[in-house]
Amino acid sequence: MKKRDKNQMAARVARDIPEGAYVNLGIGLPTLVADHLPKGREVILHSENGILGVGPKPAPGSEDEDLINAGKDPVTLLTGGAYFHHADSFAMIRGRHLDYAILGAFQVSVAGDIANWHTGASDAIPAVGGAMDLAVGARKVLVMMEHLTKTGESKIVERCTYPLTGMRCVGRIYTDLAVIDVEPDGLHVVETVDGLSFEELQRLTGVPLKRMMLTAA
Amino acid sequence: MIDKTMASPEAALADVPDGAIIMIGGFGNAGMPAALIDALIAQGARNLTIVNNNAGNGDTGLAALVKAKRVRRILCSFPRQADSWHFDALYRAGKIELELVPQGTLAERIRAAGAGIGAFFTPTAHGTRLAEGKETRHIEGRDYVLEYPIHADYALIKADRADRWGNLTYRKSARNFGPVMATAAKCTVVQTREIVELGALDPESVVTPGIFVRRVVRVASSLRNAA
Repeated sequence: MKKRDKNQMAARVARDIPEGAYVNLGIGLPTLVADHLPKGREVILHSENGILGVGPKPAPGSEDEDLINAGKDPVTLLTGGAYFHHADSFAMIRGRHLDYAILGAFQVSVAGDIANWHTGASDAIPAVGGAMDLAVGARKVLVMMEHLTKTGESKIVERCTYPLTGMRCVGRIYTDLAVIDVEPDGLHVVETVDGLSFEELQRLTGVPLKRMMLTAA
Repeated sequence: MIDKTMASPEAALADVPDGAIIMIGGFGNAGMPAALIDALIAQGARNLTIVNNNAGNGDTGLAALVKAKRVRRILCSFPRQADSWHFDALYRAGKIELELVPQGTLAERIRAAGAGIGAFFTPTAHGTRLAEGKETRHIEGRDYVLEYPIHADYALIKADRADRWGNLTYRKSARNFGPVMATAAKCTVVQTREIVELGALDPESVVTPGIFVRRVVRVASSLRNAA
């Protein structure tokens, strides 16, 4: 089987983002999606700290400390972009104005619950940022994550064992092995990577899957 | 004549008492009023409650205030970072209290304080650990958590340009929490790159009207690429 690497996963997510969409990319894996949006497709990226129209990384030497993204990395502003304060920024999120939030995750449950902010370790210093706002606020929440943990356990689970970020909010899961929709009647496999059968995907995944389509490119 | 300008950051913060609740603007270092924080450290007030998105980065600014053990309690959304070592050490030693607040709830609780709202219901954090013990309500098919405003004694924020009435504009994503925090404190103190003549700010472009501002101090920008 040909697992998708991080950039292939990001390219696969990017394919599903239509022209005109307002999108928030979570810190980590989801930020790669920006690099794979087709040139010429106008997608407007939102950053929690008050930017619509986030552009690419600045050239070395032209970074501006006042222009950073939610991950605190230097960015640029596209022509047509705008700045606004935090309450407006989260009104966009919580008021259901964002079309998509693309989030990383530790676990996603059959019901579409997501856990992505806390490992549950008792000595961990918790940090939530805007994750809980994005989970409940975006019109569609897309999750991008490895299918399995480093020790081979499915990250798609019956019930999340890590502390929840949001309940019943995930719409679609993109992993290195498959694309899976979360529907009221369960998980529907939209596609698997080349050389991976539905049966094999089912064997690797901790919960029952429904067959929606055949192996896709 | 109204004149909110102050001679120095030290003069602007001379009356901060021990135990004050202080909002500090900024998201990481963007918009953080570093000169005001330095003046607060020099001023000596202790036992402070700080409201900020983070808990300090590196060794300067809010991190230095935390390191100086002047903060008893911090309300923020994202304390843990690669360079939050001063907070991390005190937190693990049980020497600083943390109230972790989702970022949008933090912004809205501040906004609510500034707008005179007694409490509000939000769907954020429903069903999670951060809503444990909080009142909830089911409204038209959705579950909500009751959240209360955060009021402050002082807000320390950073603007780009200001006039003597306290009208403010900001620079790029350094705006972040500044405008909402300005509304939620009894005394908003502004560090600004430039103080301009009354009338020089385009009234259509004023982001924070002077009614929300008590004191303004000019501090030259240290940013490399600032205009």
